[in-house]
Amino acid sequence: MALLEVENLQTHFRTPDGVNRAVDGVSFHVDEGETLAVVGESGCGKSVTASSILRLVPEPPGKIAGSIRFRGTDLLQLPDREMRRVRGNDISMIFQEPMTSLNPVLTIGRQLTETLRLHQRLGKRAAEARAQEMLQLVGIPEPRRRLGEYPHQLSGGMRQRVMIAIALSCRPKLLIADEPTTALDVTIQAQILDLMKDLKSKVGAAIILITHDLGIVAEVAERVMVMYAGRKVEEAPVAQLYRTPRHPYTQGLFGAVPKLGSSLSGEESRLSEIPGTVPSLKQRIPGCVFAGRCAVATDFCRQSAPALELKAPGHLAACHYAPKEALAA
Amino acid sequence: MTTPLLQVNDLKKHFSLHGGAFGSGAATVYAVDGVSFSIEKGETLALVGESGCGKSTVGRCILRLFDITAGQVVLDGQRIDDLSAGALRPLRRRVQVVFQDPFSSLNPRMRVRDILAEPIRNFGLAKSAADLEARIERLTDVVRLPRDAVKRWPHEFSGGQRQRIGIARALAAEPDLIVCDEAVSALDVSVKAQIVNLLQDLQRELGLALLFISHDLAIVEHMTHRVAVMYLGKIVELAPKRQVFSGPRHPYTQALLSAVPVAEPGAARRRIILKGDVPSPINPPKGCRFHTRCPYAFDRCRIDEPPLKPTASGHLAACHLHDLPAAQNPLALVA
Repeated sequence: MALLEVENLQTHFRTPDGVNRAVDGVSFHVDEGETLAVVGESGCGKSVTASSILRLVPEPPGKIAGSIRFRGTDLLQLPDREMRRVRGNDISMIFQEPMTSLNPVLTIGRQLTETLRLHQRLGKRAAEARAQEMLQLVGIPEPRRRLGEYPHQLSGGMRQRVMIAIALSCRPKLLIADEPTTALDVTIQAQILDLMKDLKSKVGAAIILITHDLGIVAEVAERVMVMYAGRKVEEAPVAQLYRTPRHPYTQGLFGAVPKLGSSLSGEESRLSEIPGTVPSLKQRIPGCVFAGRCAVATDFCRQSAPALELKAPGHLAACHYAPKEALAA
Repeated sequence: MTTPLLQVNDLKKHFSLHGGAFGSGAATVYAVDGVSFSIEKGETLALVGESGCGKSTVGRCILRLFDITAGQVVLDGQRIDDLSAGALRPLRRRVQVVFQDPFSSLNPRMRVRDILAEPIRNFGLAKSAADLEARIERLTDVVRLPRDAVKRWPHEFSGGQRQRIGIARALAAEPDLIVCDEAVSALDVSVKAQIVNLLQDLQRELGLALLFISHDLAIVEHMTHRVAVMYLGKIVELAPKRQVFSGPRHPYTQALLSAVPVAEPGAARRRIILKGDVPSPINPPKGCRFHTRCPYAFDRCRIDEPPLKPTASGHLAACHLHDLPAAQNPLALVA
C-alpha cells in the first residue's frame, strides 16, 4: 500500500470574479521512503496541492474535494482535532521562507520543544535534550547555545536548518518541502540539499519536494510529477523523464533552461521559448490546458481534454499526440 | 586602443550604520571595496555572486543612484562620478536600468504609454508629437508587446510582459549601456527564456552593452561575453566566459560552479561544499576575504590580501595559489 494516495484532488477558491480552480483533479501517490518531486511554474497549483494535503488551505474561500488517504485514512474526513495530531507528527512541512515561518519572538529551543512536547508528550528536560540532538543532526554548531537564540540571530541557511530540525523532530513518515532552497544562495543551497539527502537515509521519511528548479529535481528526486494550470500533465521516474519527456509542456520546460557548461560545447544555441502565458484558472478550459501555447495542438486538443495515459512503463502523460511505447503485456 | 564604453576604477562604496544607543555602535559596511572593470561597446559583462556580495551596489553606483565613496566611474572617457546633477543629466540617458521586480518598478498609476513617453520627453528625443507616438509604437514592437498595450495599466500585465515594459522604458532613452539588475530572476522558466532571448536580440540589433547582474550561473553562461565573480565586495575572478566555466581560477568560483544543481539525473559530480556562511561585510576577514571558507587556504591567505592579477591561463584572479609552482597549485589541475 502506498503511504499517501491522493485521488482527484480539487482545491478551488471562491473569488469575487469567479471560482479559481487552483488544483483541478490531480491524482498521485507517494510510497514509503520515496522522494517525489512536483515541478511546475508559479500558479500551476503545486503549493496548493501541498497545503491541501495538510489541510492548510483556508476554508472558505477555499474548498478541497477528492480524497487524500494517508496510510489508509482519508485526511479530508478527519475531525480538526485529529488532523492536528497528524500535522507536524506524521506529516510535516518545510516552507520556502525560513524568515517568516519561524516565530520571531520565540527562541529556537522553544519552537523545537513545542512540537516534541505536544506530539511526543515529552517532559521539559527530555524535549530539550532531544532538541539539542536534532540541531546537532542538522549540522548546527554549538547546539546548546543556539537553543537560547532567536531566529534573527541566525543566517538564512541556519534558519532553514532549524526548520528542517523542527520538521523532522517527531520522525514523520512524510515530509513536504515547498521550495526549501529557493530563498537561499547556491552554496548554501548545496549544503541544504546535501543535508536533506543525508537525513532522508537516516530518518527514512518519504519526501514530496516542490520546486521549479529542474536541476534540484535531477539531484534529489526518484519520481517526478509535472503540473500545469492546476492539472498533472506528466509523471515518470526521474531518469526516464529527463531522457524522454513526452508532454510538449515538459519538453518546452527542458528547452527553456540553459545548461551549465553550454559554452564549453561551443554551441551557442538559442533558448526555446514557450510562447504566451499560463491561461486563467477562472474559466473552465474544455480541452487540453496547454493547447493555447502548444506547437502541435490541433482543434481536437482544444475541444477534448486528454486523459493521463500510460505511455511507457511508469510514464504517464496527458497528451493526445505524445508517442506511446509498445508496452509489454 | 579605443576607450571602453564604461570604465570602473577602484570603486568603493561604504555605508555607515548608526547603530546602538547614542550612536555608540556606529559601524561601516564595506559593500563594495575596490572594484575595477571595463565594458566595451556592444559587450555583455556579467557580475555574479551571492547575496550581499555587492554586485547590485556596483550597478547602482554606475547609475549614480548612489554616490560613491572612492574611485572613478568613466563613461566614454568622461568621469561621471563627480559630475553635478545638472551636468550628469544628458549622460544619464546613455545608461539605463532594468530592475528585478517587474511589479514594483513600474508606476501603477501611469499607463504604459506615459511610462514610455516619460524618458523620451525628459531627454527631448522626439521632434514632434507625431514622432513621440511613432517612437512609442516602435518600442512596443521591439519588445513584442501588443500595440493596444499602450492604453493599459501595469497591473493588467503578467510578470513577463511587465518586464517587457521595463525593457521598453530603458530602450526609450536610446542608451548605450543597460544595467540589468537580476532582470530575469523573478520570472518563471518559460517566460525567463522569452526575456533572455529578447535581450540577446536587442543587443545584436542595437549594439547595446549590458551589465548583467545575476546569481543564476546557467543564465549568465548563456548570455554573457565576460564574467566577473564577486565575493564580499571584491572581484575575485574576471575572464571571458568560456575560460571561467571551463577552468575557474579561484576556489570560490570553483565552489560556486560545483554547487549549481545540474539537470542530469545520476550525473556523477565532484561537489565542493563550502563550510559556513558568508562573513559579514561590516567586519570582513583580514587577508583574503574568502580564507574562512576556502578549502585550500594556507598561512599567507590569512595575512596578505591577494590582488586581482593575470594568471598563467590569462584569467584575472585574486588568489595566492597562483604564486605557487604549478605542481603545488590545486587550481591548475582542474581543467
